[in-house]
Amino acid sequence: MKIKPHRKHPLWLAYILHRMSGLGLALFLPAHFYVLAMAVSRPQSLDYFLSFAANPLVKVAEFGLVFLLAIHFFGGLRLLALEFLPWSARQKTLAAASVAGAFLVSGSFLLRAV
Amino acid sequence: MSENTKTMEVSVWRGDENGGAFETFKVPALGSQTVLDVVTWIQQSADPTLTYRYACRVGMCGSCAMMVNGEPRWTCRTHVSRVLDGDRLEIAPLRNLPVIKDLAADMDPFFDKWVKAGGVHRPSRTRDEPIQQVNPEAPARVEANKGIECINCSVCYAACDTVAGNQDYLGPAALQRAWTLYNDEKVQDRGAILDAVSGPGGCLNCHTQGSCTRYCPNELDPLSAIAGLKRAVATSFFKRSA
Repeated sequence: MKIKPHRKHPLWLAYILHRMSGLGLALFLPAHFYVLAMAVSRPQSLDYFLSFAANPLVKVAEFGLVFLLAIHFFGGLRLLALEFLPWSARQKTLAAASVAGAFLVSGSFLLRAV
Repeated sequence: MSENTKTMEVSVWRGDENGGAFETFKVPALGSQTVLDVVTWIQQSADPTLTYRYACRVGMCGSCAMMVNGEPRWTCRTHVSRVLDGDRLEIAPLRNLPVIKDLAADMDPFFDKWVKAGGVHRPSRTRDEPIQQVNPEAPARVEANKGIECINCSVCYAACDTVAGNQDYLGPAALQRAWTLYNDEKVQDRGAILDAVSGPGGCLNCHTQGSCTRYCPNELDPLSAIAGLKRAVATSFFKRSA
């Protein structure tokens, strides 16, 4: 599929990633709640599912899930900053860079702790 | 056209509201040539029935905007050398508007929405009162000034996917005009402006794709203007219900 030329810019990409990640999460959530509910109703099924979830392929899928969550989270923060903080473009870039830096530092700290 | 003149392949949309197709012309490539020059050459030297619209040729009137290689542009200020794809150029009428004929889009929906967004100036004083002094340094005036150079070319309107998906959406230009008036201290009834832009099809429909700001030939920022309106609408919602 050819991307239309007027869609080839970062803000449009940010828009589509935000929407697609939101859709992906919306599809995931019912399944998530269903599995969680097994803890109460059918513990054996839950144990069986958890052993299936130890599968490396599911781990890779989990990475995708966390990726969707992160994209959606930052997409939402981006929108809030864009629409509710009347900053100049430069101020926004600096703010985004500092938030990204903070997450990098705290994220690597968390990884070390794990 | 002499044998050794360099030429380019120009596909031009021919048709009307019932549909049409691209027709290809061989056009001589010249130095410092604008896309409008190309369209004019075709109309004057190849096919006089080609319909298009222009007036000032210097980027002031906003009447010559077209889709060039799929992107909305003011054709009088777009050099061919900047947009040529190999030796090919594709020129079509503005997106998101009905076509009258060939390259002339019907601008009525665009201007109707301009009015619908409350774009008409409603003065707070009569002619019998003294002229209101406006401080050019006041923050609201500075904000309003950012949008007043709009030439109504509809490039932002053609670039917007929200307009494409929702025919009631007022669009970037009309909303930016509303934001300008909202910040104009000569306007008294700000609530009326917010009412006009906060209903269905109003500023809250914007998906923040930012194509309006990216394509505005005058380098205005309708995206931030719409964000300003969203902010004003949200603030007034909490104030009214408090």
